[in-house]
Amino acid sequence: MQDQKLAKQLFKKSKTARYERFGRFLCLCALLLIMAIVIGIILFIATKGMSTFLKDHISMKDFFTGTLWNPGTKTPDGHAAVGALPMILGSFLVTILAAVISTPFAIGTAVYMTEISPKRGAKILQPVTELLVGIPSVVYGFIGLSVVVPFVRNVFGGSGFGILSGTFVLFVMILPTIVSMTVDSLKSVPTYYRQASLALGATKWQTIWKVVLRAATPGILTAVVFGMARAFGEALAVQMVIGNASLMPHNLISPASTLTSVLTAGMGNTVMGSMQNDALWSLALVLLVMSLLFNLLVHFIGRKGAFSK
Amino acid sequence: MQKRRMIKWLLVAVVILAGIGSYTTRSKQATNQQSITAVGSTALQPLVEAASEEYSAEHSGIFINVQGGGSGTGLSQIESGAVQMGNSDLFAQEKAGINPQKLVDHKIAVVGVTPIVNKKVGIHRLTSKQLIAIFTGKVKNWRQVGGKNLPITLINRTQGSGTRVTFEEYGLNGRESAVAQEQDSSGTVRQIVSSTPGAISYVSFGYVNKAVQPITINGIKPTERNVMDNDWKIWSYEHIYTNGQPTGLTKKFLHYLQNDHIQKTLFNKLGYISVKDMRYQRTWQGKISKGSGVE
Amino acid sequence: MNRVQKQSQIAIIVLKAIAGFVVLILAFLIGYIFITGLPNVSWKFLTSPAKAFSSGGGIGVQLFNSFYLLILAMLISLPIALGASIYLNEYAKDNWFTSMIRTSIEILSSLPSVVVGLFGFLLFVVHYNFGFSIISGALTLTIFNLPLLTRNIEESLASVADDQRQGGLGLGLSKYETIIHIVVPAALPGIISGVILCSGRVFGEAAALIYTAGQSAPALNFGDWNPFNIDSPLSPLRPAETLAVHIWKINSEGIMPDLTQVSSGSAAVLVLAILIFNLSARYIGRKVFEKMTSMN
Repeated sequence: MQDQKLAKQLFKKSKTARYERFGRFLCLCALLLIMAIVIGIILFIATKGMSTFLKDHISMKDFFTGTLWNPGTKTPDGHAAVGALPMILGSFLVTILAAVISTPFAIGTAVYMTEISPKRGAKILQPVTELLVGIPSVVYGFIGLSVVVPFVRNVFGGSGFGILSGTFVLFVMILPTIVSMTVDSLKSVPTYYRQASLALGATKWQTIWKVVLRAATPGILTAVVFGMARAFGEALAVQMVIGNASLMPHNLISPASTLTSVLTAGMGNTVMGSMQNDALWSLALVLLVMSLLFNLLVHFIGRKGAFSK
Repeated sequence: MQKRRMIKWLLVAVVILAGIGSYTTRSKQATNQQSITAVGSTALQPLVEAASEEYSAEHSGIFINVQGGGSGTGLSQIESGAVQMGNSDLFAQEKAGINPQKLVDHKIAVVGVTPIVNKKVGIHRLTSKQLIAIFTGKVKNWRQVGGKNLPITLINRTQGSGTRVTFEEYGLNGRESAVAQEQDSSGTVRQIVSSTPGAISYVSFGYVNKAVQPITINGIKPTERNVMDNDWKIWSYEHIYTNGQPTGLTKKFLHYLQNDHIQKTLFNKLGYISVKDMRYQRTWQGKISKGSGVE
Repeated sequence: MNRVQKQSQIAIIVLKAIAGFVVLILAFLIGYIFITGLPNVSWKFLTSPAKAFSSGGGIGVQLFNSFYLLILAMLISLPIALGASIYLNEYAKDNWFTSMIRTSIEILSSLPSVVVGLFGFLLFVVHYNFGFSIISGALTLTIFNLPLLTRNIEESLASVADDQRQGGLGLGLSKYETIIHIVVPAALPGIISGVILCSGRVFGEAAALIYTAGQSAPALNFGDWNPFNIDSPLSPLRPAETLAVHIWKINSEGIMPDLTQVSSGSAAVLVLAILIFNLSARYIGRKVFEKMTSMN
């Protein structure tokens, strides 16, 4: 009797082990919940987006190569006017330009914050970056409208609405995201890397450039991806300064449009289930696929250029 | 250790008691605390919001929830029964994808649409031929129609916007405007026109302010009087659609909107025209006949 | 001084200039917002309800709604993000499946907020019939917030040195206990800065809320704190226009005569609120960190 009870006790998991299993299970549930949401949204956009091609019988060629966007009507040469090319190019250009301009400034600021003046960095620049993130996109949009657009108009010509204005606005918007995440990855480079480099006689800048930045490259690239993701998905602010003209962007200072601006502006005027509405969801699908491609690209680059830890 | 655990359980007990307490003492006048939702046209939104503000001030506990989203959203939401009122600038028959069978139309107001230009352009009248030429892109500089030497910056509302459909149908005589910059709200359009030299667009009367210049067409000024006489042809009805005949709070609110007190005070202030003051009426296909259509 | 040292000095000066430029941009932005906005802010402005077509409206209700939504959204998303990051960082194996999961979370973060808002509209407002309400808004904000928060927490957890974990295990704690009692507290500064970053974004978010929490704000009875009444501030089923949505709305369709003043005033209040929130969250975080780990 005693032996059996003892055997049972010995074979049962200890309280700590049960706690461990429970805790691990909780965390797994949280992760599964997030995955369910992600998959749900992706499936939703995919089915709605694909129904343009499958249910409304629009050809993919018209969608990707056409240059006139007016769903429900036909172009002069008889195709359905669902050309998304101007918007795809617009989104692409504005995101890449904003990222290209923003990254050097962001990395420079982050390096200053962690390597050169950590004290001043923490006291001044950290609150500064966090504050920049908090300014809502609507406010950026209106400042863009009242400051950036006249500036571009007076300096570069044109009406002031266009890809250049969009780039300037996005540059300021994604800067804090990239800075903050770069700072995190720079901070997680172990101190002994820097000490070893300095001990070998390298200057501060050489240490930063050849050791610290190289070690933090995967983190920095992730920061850039997040920044580009934010630029890509930004709708309200870009909408106000880019002009929303569904024309092929032929220069930087004429009104153009992005996938997000057309999507936001048009969603309210269409009816769920109609062809115009499905066409807008196809734009969303394109957004999704393009961001996936961006993502994979950046990780591929990251894997090639980084130190292995 | 024991004390910590006790405190934890005490907190849980307090929260549960508070929850039960709030639930049992919640306002028993549940019938007085009603709310209905109106969704749709942004052109009608200011009016319905203002009216709901006045209505809620007079009847406490009632709340009329007004959302925007565009005429398309309004019509699809009322069709599916998700909301009680669907605001629309267009007749339900005019919108693709909507089945107008069960929807009951309540014409709440008439709204006039006028072209507006930036003040620097220097003109305040055009002929309809000139207007069409500008909006179809044939005329590219203000010089060509008697204004200053400024390139024309065309600003449209988005496809499917009720204001745009009205403007193209009755202002451009059915012609489609050239592909140009688009904005999705009247407020943004007004802001852009007021700050961009050479800009031209169109908004409903209620949005015209001192910052922009309204345009007289063919000698007819954009005033409420001219709309009532159908001399100014660019106007449309503002509809509130209900799914079947309205009941309860929805019915009361619609009555409130259609009664004379509101129509004479609020409408005037906000730039809307009462349907009862119209000398002519128009069907969704565009046929004009005499009489306001409302008793 | 030789060549590399000169290079180093030049590089450092360039870096200082860049950092200075960034501070300048912010100073300009904040200066513009405050100079155009603060003159319109008064106690009356901060506490009275908005007016639809006459001047003199305030933002009291919208301000409360913004905070309430923020707290609710954070309360819901923080545990989920924490749990998921812990699993990803500590338990998941380092294989392609895990990278795929990470990638899909990153993709979610690049969706335009409008799409998340519409998804929330169709799911919470229409399908689950919550209507335009705080709960719809909070749940949508959670979806919107999760990727960035998860990423941030993951990075902070990863930056905790392995020695800490080994120490914990060496003392006989289980893996989960080590994580909860040692790793998470050590990662607290990073987690707090992640929470602040995300709160900033959530507070200023408009597009996701336009279709979920709504564009209207019933007048609130601040004397009634019973969550089950519709005009109680705590009721989660009421529509709740936030400050950011209000700014968007009055600029798009506002017809009140003092439009620009209300808009710039609201923007100033918004930015000010975020500033205060950031500073106090930092302060509290530092205190909590010191208490929990006796490091400083």
